[in-house]
Amino acid sequence: MRGSRKPVIVATAVAAALTIAACSSSGSSSGSSSTSSTSASASSSAKVTLTWWNNGNTQPLLGVWDSVAAAFHASHPNVTISVVPIQSDLFTTKMPIALKSDSPPDIFQQWGGGQEATQFTSGKLANLSSLASSWIGELGAAAAGWQVNGAQYGIPYDQHVVGFWYRTDLFQRAGISSPPTTIAQLESDDVKLKAAGITPIALGGGSRWPDAFFWEYFAVRECSESVLQSSIKAINMNAPCFSKATTDLTAFMATNPFQGGFNATQAQTGAGSSAGLLANGKAAMELQGDWETSVIPALTSNKNILSDLGWFPFPQVPGGAGAPTAVLSGGDGFSCTTGAPEPACAEFLQYIDSTPVQEELVQKGEVGLPANSTAQSVLTNPALLAAAKAHSTAAYDAEYFDIAFPTNQGQALDTALADFFAGKGSNSTIINSVSSSSGH
Amino acid sequence: MARIQSAPAAGRETETSRPAAAGARAPRSRRRRVRKAVELTVLLVPSTALFIGFVIVPMIFAAWYSLYNWSGFGPLNDFVGAANYTGVLTGPVFHQALLHNVIIAVLSLVIQLPISIGLALLLNRRVRGRTFLRLAVFTPFVLSEATAAVMWYELLQPGGPVDAFLKALGLGGLIHYWLASTALVLYSIFVVATWKYIGFGIVLLLAGLQGIPPELREAAAIDGATPWQATRAITLPLLGPTIRIWIFLSVIGSLQLFDLVWIMTLGGPANASSTMLTYQYTNGVQRTEFGYGATVSVVLFVISLVFALAYQRFALRRDTAGAVTRAVI
Repeated sequence: MRGSRKPVIVATAVAAALTIAACSSSGSSSGSSSTSSTSASASSSAKVTLTWWNNGNTQPLLGVWDSVAAAFHASHPNVTISVVPIQSDLFTTKMPIALKSDSPPDIFQQWGGGQEATQFTSGKLANLSSLASSWIGELGAAAAGWQVNGAQYGIPYDQHVVGFWYRTDLFQRAGISSPPTTIAQLESDDVKLKAAGITPIALGGGSRWPDAFFWEYFAVRECSESVLQSSIKAINMNAPCFSKATTDLTAFMATNPFQGGFNATQAQTGAGSSAGLLANGKAAMELQGDWETSVIPALTSNKNILSDLGWFPFPQVPGGAGAPTAVLSGGDGFSCTTGAPEPACAEFLQYIDSTPVQEELVQKGEVGLPANSTAQSVLTNPALLAAAKAHSTAAYDAEYFDIAFPTNQGQALDTALADFFAGKGSNSTIINSVSSSSGH
Repeated sequence: MARIQSAPAAGRETETSRPAAAGARAPRSRRRRVRKAVELTVLLVPSTALFIGFVIVPMIFAAWYSLYNWSGFGPLNDFVGAANYTGVLTGPVFHQALLHNVIIAVLSLVIQLPISIGLALLLNRRVRGRTFLRLAVFTPFVLSEATAAVMWYELLQPGGPVDAFLKALGLGGLIHYWLASTALVLYSIFVVATWKYIGFGIVLLLAGLQGIPPELREAAAIDGATPWQATRAITLPLLGPTIRIWIFLSVIGSLQLFDLVWIMTLGGPANASSTMLTYQYTNGVQRTEFGYGATVSVVLFVISLVFALAYQRFALRRDTAGAVTRAVI
């Protein structure tokens, strides 16, 4: 669902859907017209074309991926990359159909976790373990989220961490000198902000997945690492700590920290979205991923908005069994399909993770936490640096649950949580959403 | 139809072939038969092929998938029989979605239809700026649903233009969370759908009004009928076929409502604005439960088909006589 992380106006998304149909057909036709799109070594003289479905359908990522494809072709003249930008949400519908067909894209956007495991059952995902063995170690623990049964079926190009983005100017106006570190402090800061006439937290409940961050973070604080891991693996949230998360959330929601009508507020579309409210000073905080820096500038006329933003990790929950520094995280990456020319495909993914490309992605503001940690040296935004530090010093990462679980259960959980935020449902509907097969 | 066409043809043939030898008639009629076969082939095959390829075959596939538990990936090997149908038909969330479709359909008939008729009657008169007014009411229909949905999503934001407008009129007390309130959201969407589709109804009814000879009203006026009596006794009954077609299109459109809802609310909050198609998308596509999604499609198809057939049989019978029935009386 961090698929939705691009600031996309729905109308353009629909327009994109129409143009993509054209793009993808031209992409595949160029693939089939090349001399060979079957297995061939990039170092051999055979020319190959790789079709690349990515979610860079808006600038600046659109331009970055085009130049990356061109640069790779310049250094590998026999390999042509046909870039097909597709709006994130469309991958949900396009990938099952593509992976069922005889001509799936050679490379496609991959968010890892249970979603990747679901796609793995198509038998069309290429095992990149041996092809990437010489360099995958440089990515550290980040690559683990893109494994299925211990083998590398996807490779990340960046990582994400979820935390509170806040307006330093609004905090100051409300007399808050430093960000809260416990839930009790957060709640008392909310009171101060309200007293100053400021909505404490913007929430994009209309998009559903932002709701889930709150409950998931309470679960990460209440559950130990081992319980989290075993529960995700068993697709079962009957451990009592998950119910405690619901209790925590209920108490937190009772303090009314969100803007009015948050159930219909979208996360990233327009100035009225939750990101837009933060961007325009209508709310002081938003619990969001590090991609916020690539979303927010488009939603306000304030050119210096990024310098007004600060970041702090989700506060501690007293008595919880989870590590206080654990973070909710994820990332973006790519998979190759079994028909893709190798080693060209794996080499291209290696190129995307190379320091120069990673640095460019960071400098263009498209990537906050590069998969290749060397590229973090070019990070300058203090808020992003705070997020990066929290990520690198975290006791452990917990992947967003909707990606960690298989797609069906992950989406069912998101829906159950959105219903809970809208006042419908209970702790048992949340807990049972992933384990009951009739959760429709 | 064949008989009507063939009768004069036969007559012509008898006349023209009279001086010719009897043997010459056979090749000519064969040529005609061949030409007719070629014509039929050329005209019917492309559309039939498209219809079969893009309507019939996908429907058969959907019906087939609906019998399986299938994530969209891998082979179809988890046959579940009618389990998906039991899940859909007994699920309270689906019932809620179906109820919302019915509410929208009923509201369309009760609210949109009288407004459409009233405005069509008004715009059919010679009033100053009639062309502009016609254009104005039709413009929303030309917009794509996505554009209309994004536009209204922004207009209905808390503190947005609609709220500001109400406040300026001194009606600040009416301001609500139009899209966030579970009690209101469906009706907010209905208002947007009315704004979007009223122009279509009006244009359809205007076309119907053009077909009513003005002499009828003039004759009634001479006989002393008031304008209201003429409208009630002459115009509205003669507009009947158009109204019945509008009802048909409106109900089918209400059953298939998706774009507006999906873009504005995703069917939320908490399914308060869900429709059968948002239910299908959420539970079928987003959750990659394509077998289950296919089941919802089949159920929606059957509901629409039953309505369409029943409506054709009972309401449109006279209007479409000759097209779907054999006898022309």
